[in-house]
Amino acid sequence: MPQWLPGLLLVSPSIVAIGLFVYGLIFWNTRVALSGRHDEISPYRFDKGENFVDLWSQPSWPGAVRHALLFTAVFVGGALLLGWFLAFLMEKGIRWEGGFRAIYLFPMAVSFIASGVVWRWLMNPAPPERAVGLNQLLEKLGLGFAANDWWQNPRWGMAAMAIPAIWQMSGYVMALYLAGFRGVPEDLREAARVDGCSEWQVYRYIVFPQLRPVTLSALIILGHISLKVFDLIMAIAGKQIITYVPAIATYVEVFDRHDPANGATIATYLLLAVAVLVIPYLVWSVRADRR
Amino acid sequence: MTAISPVRRGRALRTARLVILLAVAMVFLMPVYVLVVTSFKSLSEADPSTAWSLPQAWSTEGWQAAWTALKPGLANSFKIAVTGSLISAVLGSLNGFVLSKWRFPGADAVFTLFLFGMFIPYQAVMIPLAGLLTRMELVGSISGLVLAHVVYGIPICTLIFRNYYVTIPDELIEAARVDGAGMLRTYRSIVFPVSGPAFAVTLIWQFTSLWNDFLFAVFLGAPKSWPVTVMLNNTAGSGAVAVQYSQQMASALLASLPTLVVYLLLGRFFMRGLLAGALKG
Repeated sequence: MPQWLPGLLLVSPSIVAIGLFVYGLIFWNTRVALSGRHDEISPYRFDKGENFVDLWSQPSWPGAVRHALLFTAVFVGGALLLGWFLAFLMEKGIRWEGGFRAIYLFPMAVSFIASGVVWRWLMNPAPPERAVGLNQLLEKLGLGFAANDWWQNPRWGMAAMAIPAIWQMSGYVMALYLAGFRGVPEDLREAARVDGCSEWQVYRYIVFPQLRPVTLSALIILGHISLKVFDLIMAIAGKQIITYVPAIATYVEVFDRHDPANGATIATYLLLAVAVLVIPYLVWSVRADRR
Repeated sequence: MTAISPVRRGRALRTARLVILLAVAMVFLMPVYVLVVTSFKSLSEADPSTAWSLPQAWSTEGWQAAWTALKPGLANSFKIAVTGSLISAVLGSLNGFVLSKWRFPGADAVFTLFLFGMFIPYQAVMIPLAGLLTRMELVGSISGLVLAHVVYGIPICTLIFRNYYVTIPDELIEAARVDGAGMLRTYRSIVFPVSGPAFAVTLIWQFTSLWNDFLFAVFLGAPKSWPVTVMLNNTAGSGAVAVQYSQQMASALLASLPTLVVYLLLGRFFMRGLLAGALKG
């Protein structure tokens, strides 16, 4: 008996579970997506991927894709920049560092469903004379010009929807970058200073290049969270058309329109978007790990 | 340009950094402030137009109403999150041990295939999953939700333990093998005793994500097994306009308290868990 066999046996329940629940069900879902099952009773019928084309001519779908892209751009960009900036300000040590870290990170422990309750209130679009929430605060601070209709703006609403998500996730990005900054050996920085580098040049040529892997990890993690965003929008807006995104669309197709084929097709598109982002990263990082 | 001494410049910079960090911290705490003050207002006083002012008379009406409404959901959430995270941690520990210290041919490929499961949008499995659980007669039950959470938690838990076990020197494992210890004895006598921190990280991580889950619960749950997130969304979510504001805010706080307490008490481990989730943190 080879020495490794018991190891394989011990992991085999998990292999079976992942094989069935992840890969098996993805296969099954794709099969539903390729079928003509637009209600819950008709039998399976292969229809050559028509759903994948037809989806684009449905009224709500192109908007859902546009919303997801706008949300992703603002959320990922915003959380990366804010998280990086906070870590940059803290990396050399600062008074009350433990306290700051706790405050920036705690939103991560809260569900979007819970924080959505208060964000829906804060981002209320009522006009100036009866402004509430953030708009009221902005008026009081003399920044009334910045008051706006937040997520209910038909064009840029999804950018406002990204604000609670940035609030939730930038502390995490900060923690990643802080670990990155502190992983740069002090002798490296000292050597550069001895060679006559200014403090800015030390950052520019020594520290920042070392942070690239952190940026990549953060991009992947934020990116896949963003494409999948569901809870936050359900809590703040529900199933409204102006904040429609693919993840909500799957839910609506399954539960409200009772159309498994369409729901599965949207879910497959979502999976493809995430796979394009994640697979190269996984292969790269497992390989780098082995070296 | 006036000459400023480097020392004074350094001090000014430090103050500037502190001021910016304080300002950001205030913005971060702003939603919490609104939640807390509104939750303690009386039913008639709580209103978006007075969001920023302290309660004129402190009242616990909202909290009492929230507690009554959410009690069954809190109980379900506890059952799901506690059982689910315990099973997840045990599985993660065994998998992590094998994939780092008792490797079999193809272990890297298996690990990569596991990891992909961490990133998939669960919508892509939800429709057949509901069908599968129906056939297993688990749909709508607490056990069904626990099963789903445990299975889809395997990747992250395996990852945390594997990254932790990699730091155990191979010589220790080799020595045990030479002494004739089999796999399970090696795990029990060498690996398990040092696993405390990794268990803490995994338990906290899983507890938080299971507690906060909404997606699995709406797709696979039923009224009797709904966790607190679904009940919260029903009473305080975008569709619930009839419920009093103080109760909505108290409900949101009540539903977040367990994870916040865990986070405040064990934040150090939580942090490490977050970094492990980043693969190469």
